[in-house]
Amino acid sequence: MNTHRILLAGAAVAAVLAGCATAPAPAELDAQASKAIKSSFRDQGIAKVDRLAQDLGQAACSSDKAPDEALADKIMAEALYSVKWPANGQYLGDWRAGEKLAQDGRGMTWTDSSADPKSNGGNCYNCHQIDKKEISYGTIGPSLWNYGKTRGVSDPASPTAAPIVQYTWVKLWNSKAYSACSNMPRFGHKNLLNEQQLRDIMALLLDPKSPVNQ
Amino acid sequence: MKVSIFAALAALALCGAAQAQKSAADGIAEYRKMLEDGNPAELFEAKGEALWSQKRGPKNASLERCDLGLGPGVVKGAFVTLPRYFADTQRVQDLESRLVTCMATLQGFDAAEIAKTPFGRGEMANVTALATWIAASSRGMRFNLPQGHEAERQSYEVGKRAFFFRGGTHDFSCASCHGEEGKRIRMQDLPNLTKNPGDGIGFAAWPAYRVSNGQMWSMQLRLNDCFRQQRFPYPGFGSEVTIALATYMGVNAKGAESIAPAIKR
Repeated sequence: MNTHRILLAGAAVAAVLAGCATAPAPAELDAQASKAIKSSFRDQGIAKVDRLAQDLGQAACSSDKAPDEALADKIMAEALYSVKWPANGQYLGDWRAGEKLAQDGRGMTWTDSSADPKSNGGNCYNCHQIDKKEISYGTIGPSLWNYGKTRGVSDPASPTAAPIVQYTWVKLWNSKAYSACSNMPRFGHKNLLNEQQLRDIMALLLDPKSPVNQ
Repeated sequence: MKVSIFAALAALALCGAAQAQKSAADGIAEYRKMLEDGNPAELFEAKGEALWSQKRGPKNASLERCDLGLGPGVVKGAFVTLPRYFADTQRVQDLESRLVTCMATLQGFDAAEIAKTPFGRGEMANVTALATWIAASSRGMRFNLPQGHEAERQSYEVGKRAFFFRGGTHDFSCASCHGEEGKRIRMQDLPNLTKNPGDGIGFAAWPAYRVSNGQMWSMQLRLNDCFRQQRFPYPGFGSEVTIALATYMGVNAKGAESIAPAIKR
């Protein structure tokens, strides 16, 4: 049998196999899904189709399987690197303003007119218990009741409190720094809340005078 | 009917403080129970039933020969088998996109024009009413979507991928809220839609009448508002992703009893 005939036979087998195949390969289905997602959405108001362009973490966290350890580590390292620290080392603002932001679930949908953080809320109660007086809270995230108190924060400005204060700032700025596929939005990194708004939410969680820590 | 709804709402307001002590789910279940006797979805059902046999459109024809998957004119039982593959359009269609096909082919309406019409207006409001009646005709039946055609299996797989697709400003996917048991947003219980969430829950409840805004919501509108809250761009009516997601949820809900049209807060 010469090479030519082997190639022909090979091609015939491949053609038969292709004809038999009823279930497309996962990669082919991935491609079909990408195509479907691209063709199914359009711009509306501030919500443009560029929101469907995934970054590394979004793409890696888009299935029922978690990314492998090396990829997760890369996502977390990049997230940590992205964190912008507050000006003048000032981490805490006003817990009253923080509570208002925590209650406010608005912002960034196609029915919102501005993408400026000033028109956004923090959505916190949607997923977390915070002040126990608010009974309408979600359970996707852990309870934050007594957040500062249970972590031993009596003076947020003290050096002993620094690790937990900084941890909390990172969590709010870019939650993926500690968990690659965290359900929590990246409030600082994606410019959903500005620095002052983040400081106010920090105060709600960490100020010993905040109702959260009573 | 209206009176009983107002009475129920007033009763709810009065016992609000007492309800706060119960679990959120108990309170909401009680609220739904109070509303059940007077579900305004009945008005949309009646409108949809009338529209089905009414001669309308440029061809002055009824929809009575419309094939919803079980043969021309067969309505009962069709809802719990959709979305499915249709040979004439050579694609998988959900109830609403199939209705638009029938309105175009039988009655002569412009399908693209209907798809562009906002929910609650013009012919889109008629599609919703028709969907409400057709869903009601399968009330008490169990979901059993066909997966025999390759396109139906592909629709499921595309839907699964769309369900887990994270994007937007908040990194949300459908799975962010609907991928786990026993979670809620504020007081609202969230069904886990990666499996059968139970009789009359999730896919088996829509279309539904929304008391909070006084609107009849079809599954297409339900998905549309999920994507809005996900901070995604705008999904086209009857677009591939919306139908694939319905296939994914519908196949996962196999065996669940349909209570559509339900009543929601």
